[in-house]
Parts: sequence; structure tokens; C-alpha cells
Amino acid sequence: MADKIKFGFLLAGGCAGCETALVDISERLVDALDHLEVVFWAPTVADVKYKDLEAMEDGYIDLAFVDGMVRNTENEHTVKVLRQKSKTLVAFGACASLGGIAALGDMHSKKELFDQAYKDTFSTDNPEGILPEPQCLWEGKYDLTLPAFTKRVSTIDQLVDVDYYVGGCPPHHDFIFQLIQAVVSGNLPPKGSWLTSGKAVCDVCKRNPAEHDQQRLPIGEVYRTVEGLPDEDKCLLQQGYICFGPVTQGDCQASCLNVNIPCRGCGGPIPGVRDYGARCVSMVASSLKDDQTAEKLIAKFNDMAKFCYRYSYSSGILNQKLTPGNKA
Amino acid sequence: MKKIEINPMTRLEGHGKIAIFLDENGNVDDAFFQTVEFRGYEKFLQGMPIEEVPRTVSTVCGVCRAVHFLCSMKASDDVYGVAPPSTGRKLRELFYSAHTVEDHTAVLYALGFPDFVVGPDASPAERNLVGLIKAVGAETGKLVLQKRGLAVKIFELLGGKPNHPVAALPGGWSKRINEEERAQIEKWAEELVELGKLTLQVFDDVVLKNPKYMELVTGEMYRVEVGNMATVDEQNRFALYDGTQKAIDAQGNVVGTFRGKEYLDFISERVLPWSYLKFPYNKKLGGWDGIKSGPDTNIYCVGPLARMNVVDSMSTPLAQEHFEKFHDTFGAWPVHYIQAYHWARAIEVLAAAEKCLELSRDPEITGSDIWNQPSSCTGEGVGILEANRGTLVHHYITDDQGIVQNANLIVSTTHNNAPINLAVKTAARHFIQDGNVSEALLNHVEMAFRPYDLCLACATHTVTGGQQPVEVNIYKNSGELYKQMKNF
Ligand code: SF4
Ligand code: SF4
Ligand code: SF4
Repeated sequence: MADKIKFGFLLAGGCAGCETALVDISERLVDALDHLEVVFWAPTVADVKYKDLEAMEDGYIDLAFVDGMVRNTENEHTVKVLRQKSKTLVAFGACASLGGIAALGDMHSKKELFDQAYKDTFSTDNPEGILPEPQCLWEGKYDLTLPAFTKRVSTIDQLVDVDYYVGGCPPHHDFIFQLIQAVVSGNLPPKGSWLTSGKAVCDVCKRNPAEHDQQRLPIGEVYRTVEGLPDEDKCLLQQGYICFGPVTQGDCQASCLNVNIPCRGCGGPIPGVRDYGARCVSMVASSLKDDQTAEKLIAKFNDMAKFCYRYSYSSGILNQKLTPGNKA
Repeated sequence: MKKIEINPMTRLEGHGKIAIFLDENGNVDDAFFQTVEFRGYEKFLQGMPIEEVPRTVSTVCGVCRAVHFLCSMKASDDVYGVAPPSTGRKLRELFYSAHTVEDHTAVLYALGFPDFVVGPDASPAERNLVGLIKAVGAETGKLVLQKRGLAVKIFELLGGKPNHPVAALPGGWSKRINEEERAQIEKWAEELVELGKLTLQVFDDVVLKNPKYMELVTGEMYRVEVGNMATVDEQNRFALYDGTQKAIDAQGNVVGTFRGKEYLDFISERVLPWSYLKFPYNKKLGGWDGIKSGPDTNIYCVGPLARMNVVDSMSTPLAQEHFEKFHDTFGAWPVHYIQAYHWARAIEVLAAAEKCLELSRDPEITGSDIWNQPSSCTGEGVGILEANRGTLVHHYITDDQGIVQNANLIVSTTHNNAPINLAVKTAARHFIQDGNVSEALLNHVEMAFRPYDLCLACATHTVTGGQQPVEVNIYKNSGELYKQMKNF
């Protein structure tokens, strides 16, 4: 057998769901480990510390995944170090590639976020209005430090060069297994690519009108999911339940649609789309029958930015315009 | 003062570090467990329709991938003043039971067991899931992963996605199951019960039969005397999906019980500048008095060990046998030995698997009545869920359309913040003496937080309302403005 691929996995600012998804490949993981040597997997799985990572030779790791976005100065540091130590770096999952849900925090100021958490929440007891501080001399003698909250969330590629992108929040475990097979057999596309089947969610959705020889018609109603139980076989978008399937990568095999719930775009943009949220809005708007229906949409999903950029705010042009020179 | 930092703490979900201060003799003066991240969910959930919250707030943590989802869904029931019909409720409970099996299993084998199976002094390169698979053999490793994978399948079948599920509806569930699916789930659940038994066997063989490890399990270096909080059913039995919260003090006396919004009468969270994580205490027992253990403390812990202390019995027969053995082993009640968390967790794998099997055989589970559609909105909802890591609270205020205006989350690991600090300090004082600091000793310090199964990703959530003014301009291919959309 050829040498094992030296593999690393770093949790940056995410939720570790992408790592759980790798464990979810289940017994196939044991076979995968025949080909992968885990040299770093922190903080979640292995006891290798940041200093051990720093001590590795540059390019020591053959293949590294990062899940999570960059949310604080510690993430910035560890992502940069991992990049230096890795031949190939994959932004793995929606947070790493697009910003993910926590990037919605950027729609508020740091003050708003902190005041809510540490001062205004119902159960908080904070008579002196204390906030966590990057540097604190506790009781006058214990020097305690915390990483600082960065001004904005960034995707991994806004900080360092990224070789591949994978969508999904998290990527589906079956898709991950396919990826691992592709990696092991050296069957990867050119660097800079998204690792994806290239299909939209609609392409793999059993409800797709085209599957039933039907035409898509202009939509005359808009519903929130709380407003009715849709037909279990028909296209949700056609029934007025806003679904982002047409513009989203379908490597999940249309998971949400299997339980009668619309897609919210965690798979990331289909090829060729740069600004996912903007494309979402234009896709939805052009599907609506008339201005009246558009008004309904705006009334029902009042916070359009949080709706359409649910997983991709950091990578959106909207966000970029607000902060020129996001790249560190 | 000399400072030693363990960074990052490893084998946990999220980011934390431990700072240990040594005096001039090289003994531990003090030690701190610090949570180093923060994300702000309590603010940015504001402006979202409440029914969109469960699938969104789920991303607070990707390991306990069902609990924020379920808890906010329960809050959304309250916001609309609707309870799910019996089948809808049972589907939720089945879903949660499957999650408990896979989550607890992952935590035990990937985060907890390596310290025992591979050994606390083993090389750090081996002391992990991969080393564990090597130690137990590929066949056993595969067997555990395969059976755990079946719980993930149940999760995905009912929840839609294998992580960050989507099938929540205020007042019910969006996916019904047919007889074929039920029969499949029943078969899988039978295997989950086997997984529960196997896991308890592993714990028995590796830990309980090893006198060296039993010294750690019943030793003072891993003892933290604080109060407990957990859910009980009407008969004071173990319950995960729903029930009443019960709090006991460090001596085991009942402090009180609460439901819904009454949580505010019991829980207060203190802010300290050196951690992003707040420090809850039981305010029925007095105001903030610092991070202290002992019979009179108002600090309390939650999670598997707290449940073993708070409930009178389990609700399923096989788990009950192990519950009795557990308490016979320790004698005094409540149990304050924190390595017992791992054992309690293993008992709960079996309890949850038994629950899956019971529900999969329930004739109602294939019913078609899964949703009570809301007809009005109350504007406020509290969800309390006995999450795998302990009591979880989600509280939302909405407008009359169910759009979130304010949110408060008290996460399981947050309740355990002060106890973890106590545990780390106690272990550090025991293991680090006369300036003797080795990697293995530091790992023994880390073994003081692993029982709590830290979910720092969770603990550092935090969300609020208010909307972002956005203007979206849509252009035709020709470049001409087609439509402008604004929300202000
Ligand atoms: S992409 Fe989703 S699952 Fe992955 S780390 Fe981010 S929030 Fe978690
Ligand atoms: S719009 Fe949604 S429901 Fe319709 S075909 Fe596409 S993915 Fe399926
Ligand atoms: S259907 Fe959409 S939201 Fe659901 S898993 Fe797939 S890409 Fe993600």
C-alpha cells in the first residue's frame, strides 16, 4: 500500500457539525483510516495541541480540512498556521466556504451582540456591566487572556488561499464518503474548484415539475411553513413555499424536501453564481406572478437578508461592499 | 507567578483553554477554565420567523445536533399556543431518543473512552478515536460505528438532514412515517439496544474492573460537590423530551421544581471578564457568591450525572438495572464523583435505545395526525429540554406575526461552567505538585472537564431581534432595473 495521506482537521469558528458528518460515514471511517493518517484533529478529536501544529514542517500535512468561519483572533492564527503546514487546504462546509449561519452576526454591531448576551438577556446578572476582555488581571494577580472578537466574520479564503470548497451545513455524509474516495484515488479537479456533483437541489428533487412532465408556472401565493402543510409530492416553490433549490448545489440529495420542508441554501451556490443571496432574490422574484405576490413575499419574510443570506453572508457582495478590503 | 496554559483543550466541542498558576514552590495557586469564543445568536436570530429558528439555531452545535432544534421548536409551540397531537409528539420523542444514542455514543468513544481504553498516560498521538479503534480492533470499532450509524439513519429519516434537522413545525412535525418505515426503525432500534448493552459492557470491562481506574472514579481529585438540576416525569423518573425541572442542593435536598418561564425564578447567570461563558447559579439559594463547592453552595451542575442524582428511577427496565448498580457502587446520594458522568452517559445510551424501541412499536407512531396548525400567536414562548448535556432553555419574544424580537438561551454547558472550573482546579492541585508538570499530568487535568462533555460551541451562542435594513436591486440581463425590494 502506498503511503498514507497525512490528514488534518481544524475546527475554526464553526459548530463541529462538519466533523460529526465525517464520523457519520460510520463503519466506512475505519476503512478510510487505512488510507488517512490523522496527524491533527483539534480541538475535537485528537490531543494534538496548537503548539504541536506550529512545530510541524511547512507542508507536512497532505490534506487539511477546516470547518467553521473565522470569528476571532485565535481562528485567524490557527487557520494561517494550518495553511502553512498543509499542501492542500479544503474549506469544508458552509461556514468555511461562505461564512455560515454565525456570519449573520455581522448584520449587527459588536456592541449589540455583546450587550444582548452579557447585559440584556433575561437571566443575566451583571450589575457592573462587565464584558469579557481580551486581557484581564483577575484579582490583581492572575493574568488571563482571551482571543479578541474580529470585526467581521470572514470565510477561509478571505484570510488565506484555499484549494477546494465544499458546501453543506454540514456536507452530507454520503457525499463526504464519495469525496474521500476521490481524494484517495487522486481524482480531484483543478485547484480553486468546488468539490460538488455540479447538480442543483432541483435536479435531484423528486418533486421537480420536469420529472412529472409539468411546466413551472408563475407563483401567485407565498406561504410560511407555519401556514399550511404542502402536498407531499409537488414542488414546494410551485405551491408558494419559497424554496432555494433552483440555485443551490444538491450534494445533499435534496434532504429537506424529503420531509416536506423547503431548501434554505446550505449547499452553497450552483456553479457560476458569485453572490448567492442576490441570486436567490432574483430567482424568487422572477418566479412570482406579479407585484402583489412580491409584496406578500416582502411582508412575510421581512428580514430578507437573513432569509436569503442564511448561510452565505460573508461571501456576498452586499457584505463586501460594506467592508472594502476584507482580505487580511 | 508561573503560568501554564493548556491550549486548546482537546476532545470537546468548541474552544476552551485552561490557565494554571503555580506559586514559587511549583504548587497550584489557582486554575481557570476559559471559554474563548463567542458568536452572538441571541442577537442575530432577531427578525426571523420563529418557525425558521429551529433549523437555524441548531447550528449552535453540530454534535448535540437535535437539542437546540427541539428546544426552540418547543418554544415555538408556546409562541403559537399549540401542543402537537400525540403522533407528532411521539415522532419528536423518537427522533430525540435516536439522537441521544448517537450523540452519547460519539462522546463516549471519541471524547471520553480514549483516556481509559488507550490510557490516560498514553502518547497523545494515540489517545484518540483512532487509537481507540486500534486498541479495541477494527472489527469492534466498525461494529460500534455501524450501530451508531443506524441512530443517525433514524435521525435523518425523521428530521430530513443528518445534522441540523428541518422537520420542526410549531405544534407538530412535518414528516409522517408509513408502516414500512416504522418496521425499519424497529429493526434499527433493536440494534441500538444491543449497542447500549455493549457500551455498558465496555465500561464495565475497562473501567469498573480496573482498580487503578476505579481510584480515579471514586477519588477526591475528581470530586466536585455542587447542586444538581434535571428533568423528571410525573413519577419522578428519568425523562428527556419533556417533564418538570427539579433542582436539588449539594446535600440532595429538593430546592424546588419549575416549568416554562419560571426558570427565571431559579437561574441567574453572572458575567466574569475572563471568559466568554457566563456563570449560572441557583438564585433560590442566594445571590452570586463566587465559584464555590461544598454543602451550602448555590452552584449546580447538569447532565447525565445530575440526572442520576435527581431522578428516583429510570423509565425503562434494562437501564433501571444499571441505575441500581450505579447507586450501589457509590452509596451516598447525591454522587459528586465526576468521572461517574461517563458511566451515567453509558446508562443513558441504553435508556434512550430502549425508548426508541418502545416508540417504534407504538401503534400511534404511524398515525397521520402529526400537526396542530396554529391559528393565533401569543408572542412569547419558553422551551425547556433535558438536552443530552443537561437542561437547556430557549426563550423567545415575538411580534404578533411570530417574528422573533428577543431571545435568551441558557445552554447546558453554561450551567456547568462553574463546576468545570472547580473540577479543573481540584485536579490541577492534586496532579501538579512541586513544579512537576508532564504531558500526562496535564492530561489528568483535562480529564476533569471531559466528563462534562463540554459543548463550548453551544455555550458561546447568544442571539437578538431587530432587522437589518436591506435594499435589493434586481437587474434584467440588459442591465435595466427590474425590481427594487426593501424591508424598510
Ligand atoms: S457549516 Fe454548518 S455544520 Fe459545518 S461548522 Fe458550520 S454551522 Fe456547523
Ligand atoms: S424548487 Fe424546491 S421543491 Fe421545487 S423542485 Fe426545486 S428543490 Fe424541489
Ligand atoms: S435541501 Fe437545501 S438546505 Fe436542505 S440540505 Fe440540501 S442544500 Fe441544504
